[in-house]
Amino acid sequence: MAPVIELDNLVVRLGSRTILKGLNGSLSGRAIGLLGPNGAGKSTLINTLLGFYTPLSGTARIFGKDIRTDARTLRRLIGYMPENDSFIADMTAVRFVRMMAELSGLPSEEALERAHEAFYYVGLGEARYRNLGTYSLGMKQMAKLAQAIAHGPKLIFLDEPTNGLDPAARVRMIKLIREIRDTRDIHLVISSHLLRDVEECCEEVLILKDGDIAAYCDLEKERRSNLNFIELETYGREGDFAEAIEGLGCDFADLGQGHFKMVLNNDLSVADLYRLAAERNVQIRRLNHRHDSLEDIFLKAMEVPAANGSVQA
Amino acid sequence: MAVYKRNYKPYEGRLTADWSRFLVPARYALETLFESRLLIGFMVASLIFPLFAAAIIYLHHNLGALEAMRISPSNLLPIDGDFFAAFLSVQGAYAFLLTAYAGPGLISPDLSNNALPLYLCRPISRTEYVLSKMAVLFIPLSCITWVPGLLLFSFQAGVQGGGWGWDHAHWAWAIFAGSWIWIGMLSLMAVALSAWVKWKLAASALLFGVFFISSAAGAMVNEVLSTRAGNILSLGYVIGMIWANMLQLPAKSTIFGELFNVRRGDEVPQYMAWTMIALVFGSCILLLNRRLRAKEVVS
Repeated sequence: MAPVIELDNLVVRLGSRTILKGLNGSLSGRAIGLLGPNGAGKSTLINTLLGFYTPLSGTARIFGKDIRTDARTLRRLIGYMPENDSFIADMTAVRFVRMMAELSGLPSEEALERAHEAFYYVGLGEARYRNLGTYSLGMKQMAKLAQAIAHGPKLIFLDEPTNGLDPAARVRMIKLIREIRDTRDIHLVISSHLLRDVEECCEEVLILKDGDIAAYCDLEKERRSNLNFIELETYGREGDFAEAIEGLGCDFADLGQGHFKMVLNNDLSVADLYRLAAERNVQIRRLNHRHDSLEDIFLKAMEVPAANGSVQA
Repeated sequence: MAVYKRNYKPYEGRLTADWSRFLVPARYALETLFESRLLIGFMVASLIFPLFAAAIIYLHHNLGALEAMRISPSNLLPIDGDFFAAFLSVQGAYAFLLTAYAGPGLISPDLSNNALPLYLCRPISRTEYVLSKMAVLFIPLSCITWVPGLLLFSFQAGVQGGGWGWDHAHWAWAIFAGSWIWIGMLSLMAVALSAWVKWKLAASALLFGVFFISSAAGAMVNEVLSTRAGNILSLGYVIGMIWANMLQLPAKSTIFGELFNVRRGDEVPQYMAWTMIALVFGSCILLLNRRLRAKEVVS
């Protein structure tokens, strides 16, 4: 898959602090998550990709276009949902989104049509003629999403999209993000400190720490590769069962009291384990596919010092 | 009624020209601006003097009407450089008041609502953004300065005939260019103040302050140093000098001289007046450059 974002030794310095310390990498997923603790450089990376900050050295490319030289072209392809409140309070919501869509290049009529559609899409159809200043926090988040998608961008940056949302609104936001992600020909970059949001929406995750890449994780690959890692709880003649597993040539650990951990070979399936247990008159009382959660990966990344990371998706 | 599931749809239609994007915020701001009845009333009031001037031109060429009104032609204001200088001065004052009313609200709402990232993540540069905000003032200010000025000039040229328009083309140029210098300076100052002062009323007051304080500072320098060079600090005086030069008028004790408090021998050199204008433009651009950023960087 063609890379969406390429980072080429990207260094960003704000004031006297170096925020991004030579990031390298290539990301190509439909939904890319940016994770990291506060101050890790997530928002700085997004702002740099948007052209708000000029890199001190190095560069980045989006869809193969350099952010230094093709910023204007890139901005035609981009939608941006900022983290903080960002709108004009005394404007009606639909007028504001129409103006933003027109600024992105849509003719006036189409912009109005798309603004209406965007508001219905995010569930604010009935409130679209209200002034933005009268919106609740959750409505403002949805309005920000509406302005980010109204002009039909190819890449959308979502900075903390679930900030301040109640559980129901959060679920709706996640659902919308997933729907947008599954639309053909669109890519998302989601910056969040909420692991669950990223895990639910993203295929790839870049974990930043102190301005460096601490870890890169292809969640899809991770999910697939860990399917063979199994935890078992058995009852009965576990000694016989352990011998039988050993006979299959699988890596396994007998934890005692009928508990096992094992990695299934590719030519074996769970059904083979049940068959084996039935032959040995052993009951399988619990079987879990165990895989590293994003939380495990994140915590591991936070433990080790960031190693001027580079990543290749 | 059929109910359709609403899906996200990419946009694949035509796009507008790149150069025209800066007109979008200007159009929206103008719509908002002209919702104000006060502004409409002010615009109407600002056309009183041009109508009065048009009536004078008409009377100059209609002796029958003068006789009917029992006015001697010698009592009428002559149609000369001073006539157009007076027009520029009065309409310039209206332009200043209109800027003080409409200018301060142009950028401050965007800054206080943190809307700049949303503008600047789109294909519009900071320069275009500023131009779009200035364009909001260009249109009403043009409507009360050079547009009626050139209409008056054309009216006079038409009724006078005999190549009058061609012979006095420099007055037309002075009306057009002089108005644009004033409009440019006022607009730039208004957006710069709007970018720095969030409270609209305070920004309006500051705009007045800039003019009055600069005049007061000029007068103080004149008194303390026993000179007239302090006049250069007065922005009203400076623009008056430039207009006088464009209209090829001596700064004498005429209507123009009275309006700008210019006495013979007081004139400051033109290059100093232009330098002052350039300094004002430069300062405003610096202020805007410092303030208008999608994201504030705190060192």
